[in-house]
Amino acid sequence: MKIVITATKPQTDGLVDPRFGRAQYFILMEAETQQWEALENPAIAQSGGAGVAAAQFIIDKHVDAVVSGDFGPNASRALGGADIKMFLFSPEVDTVQSAVDLFKQDKLQQFK
Amino acid sequence: MKPIQIAVASGKGGTGKTTIATSLALSLAEKYHVAYLDCDVEAPNGHLFLHPEFNTSTEAVIRIPRIDKNRCTLCGKCVEVCQFHALAKVGKTIMVFPQLCHGCGSCTWNCPEHAIEEIPNPIGVLESGKARQDFHYAHGTLTISEPMATPIIRQLKRLEIPPQTAISILDAPPGASCSVVETLRGSDFALLVTEPTPFGLHDLGQMQGIVEEMRIPAGVIINRENGDYLPLLEYCTKHHLPVMLRVPFERRIAEGVARGQTLVEIYPEYRQCFLDLFDSIAVLANQ
Amino acid sequence: MKQLVILSGKGGTGKTSICAAFAHLASIEGSQGGIVLADADVDAANLRLVLSPVEAETTEFWGGSLAEIDPDVCIGCGECVPVCRYYAVLDDPQRLNKKWIDPVACDGCAACVYACPTSAIRMVVQQEGFWFRSDTAYGTLFHAELFPGRENSGKLVTLVKQNARLWAEEHQVPLVIIDGPPGIVCPVISACAGADLGLIIAEPSLAGIHDLKRIQATMQHFRVPQVIAINKADIYPDGVQQIREFADKNNIQVLGEVPFDPLIPHSMLLGLPVTEKFPDSDSSRAIRHLWQTVATLIEPL
Repeated sequence: MKIVITATKPQTDGLVDPRFGRAQYFILMEAETQQWEALENPAIAQSGGAGVAAAQFIIDKHVDAVVSGDFGPNASRALGGADIKMFLFSPEVDTVQSAVDLFKQDKLQQFK
Repeated sequence: MKPIQIAVASGKGGTGKTTIATSLALSLAEKYHVAYLDCDVEAPNGHLFLHPEFNTSTEAVIRIPRIDKNRCTLCGKCVEVCQFHALAKVGKTIMVFPQLCHGCGSCTWNCPEHAIEEIPNPIGVLESGKARQDFHYAHGTLTISEPMATPIIRQLKRLEIPPQTAISILDAPPGASCSVVETLRGSDFALLVTEPTPFGLHDLGQMQGIVEEMRIPAGVIINRENGDYLPLLEYCTKHHLPVMLRVPFERRIAEGVARGQTLVEIYPEYRQCFLDLFDSIAVLANQ
Repeated sequence: MKQLVILSGKGGTGKTSICAAFAHLASIEGSQGGIVLADADVDAANLRLVLSPVEAETTEFWGGSLAEIDPDVCIGCGECVPVCRYYAVLDDPQRLNKKWIDPVACDGCAACVYACPTSAIRMVVQQEGFWFRSDTAYGTLFHAELFPGRENSGKLVTLVKQNARLWAEEHQVPLVIIDGPPGIVCPVISACAGADLGLIIAEPSLAGIHDLKRIQATMQHFRVPQVIAINKADIYPDGVQQIREFADKNNIQVLGEVPFDPLIPHSMLLGLPVTEKFPDSDSSRAIRHLWQTVATLIEPL
């Protein structure tokens, strides 16, 4: 299962980024093997429509789920349309790794 | 002949743009053919003072793309060319996000399959008619939750006005960004209404930046004056902005305006001031 | 951490003066842990004028892109003219048989870029202002300056707010107060997104009431919980009555009334919040009461 976590740094021990469209980085991870890569968010500099631009970027990576602090109406419509599941950070989440762990334990709330 | 177009703007909100614009229109309408355009489509207020009767109402629209699925090959060219991310390729469809669309038409021209047609997406209402005092009046009202004001201002300004119109008066929205620029475009003169406070002065500076870049001659009206505020007067001198009218700070005016009275209804003697003001504008606009 | 946004629809109802007074009051009474301030009115940014901030950090703000024609590559064919719906393509005023794009008119859609047969047009990203982090006597202030006439897409407002929020979280400050812009479009929507409470500063005038209804509907659409305070309340008693009826009908609490007081603009002239300069004035008393009510509402949210 391929998941994306929004992050403030290009590493798994850095803090998560609560923003989706304007997140600093996306950590793309294979949940089973924990293999990951950090991707710069190309939408961060957009003056408008960052949510859709970020969603398109994620959709093109063929991921199964995204974990972030919140999803705007446009981004969630695009991600939902591509059958990508959206999950929200819980208060215990700090680093990307903590988000991954809680996600694998099924402890994160799904965004609907 | 093209009418002389006067925009009333301020930068800071609540300095008295509408108070000045409505009284200017009322005063000039006795002598000239006037048209009044309320371009503050987010919070239009001119009608509360001029009580127009509208006889025409049209929708303001943004033309958004509709994709013909039979023709679309999902090549993604439209998504690539859209600078506003109003389109996304999601699975086997192209998704349209109407509130992000600027209606620029780039996706339409660039679709290699000619699979895009444009459909009108209403964003507000344009109304025109006659003010009670028998001059042309038009305004636009943006629909709540629509994010962009400039398209409806652009469409409001393109509405037909009576051919005999000699002066059109445009009441601009507050602020100093895109919607003000859209209102000012094509204007022969900008009347900048300010108040003698640091807030008023700072925002007048923003407006001065705009009129300078757009090369529109401008003058200042100081509203709610309570003794000389030297920094403002010095600023006007330094930037060659003539101070064209000064209206004192008076509770009676504030109360009257709150009830929906115009300045010339509260103090009829201002009519002559506005007629004189226009004569000065006509001179400055022609220089 | 909670976010309080102050809005009005109509401009000049007293948002910034009341926000500055709140900043002062929060620093002397209540709101343990202090506040962070965000001025979301980026094209008429006035909060700093009453808070005497000292700039601690300045960052360039780069916004959207505009089209530019390279005159050495342009052949003047005019293919770009009909595709521009903003009438931004004009004859180059300086060079014969070349086209030129008026940056004031350009919307940044890039339709001309794709239409140009000689690839003479490119999109150039624009610096559209600055944003700042500053220290004030009342708390950290995040504010910005949009260059005159630029597009206020809400991106700069979002940036200012996000940085205020992140700062508050990092420094465990419990409250962010956002001074919002007038109107109801992009920057307002950005200013109220995610706010825990929206305080509408209403003015009892026909125009003020008209615009109150529009900002109320906007905030309702974006699901921001609302309360109302009436400023310049004694200027038009009928208007106060109308505001109260409107509030009742929509189940919105009216927290208080602040009288019309020349000491408010006067304190602005002196560059201080009215509650600090004239603490015993009627307006300061009313604002203090208002702040205490707001603080008790914010706390348990």
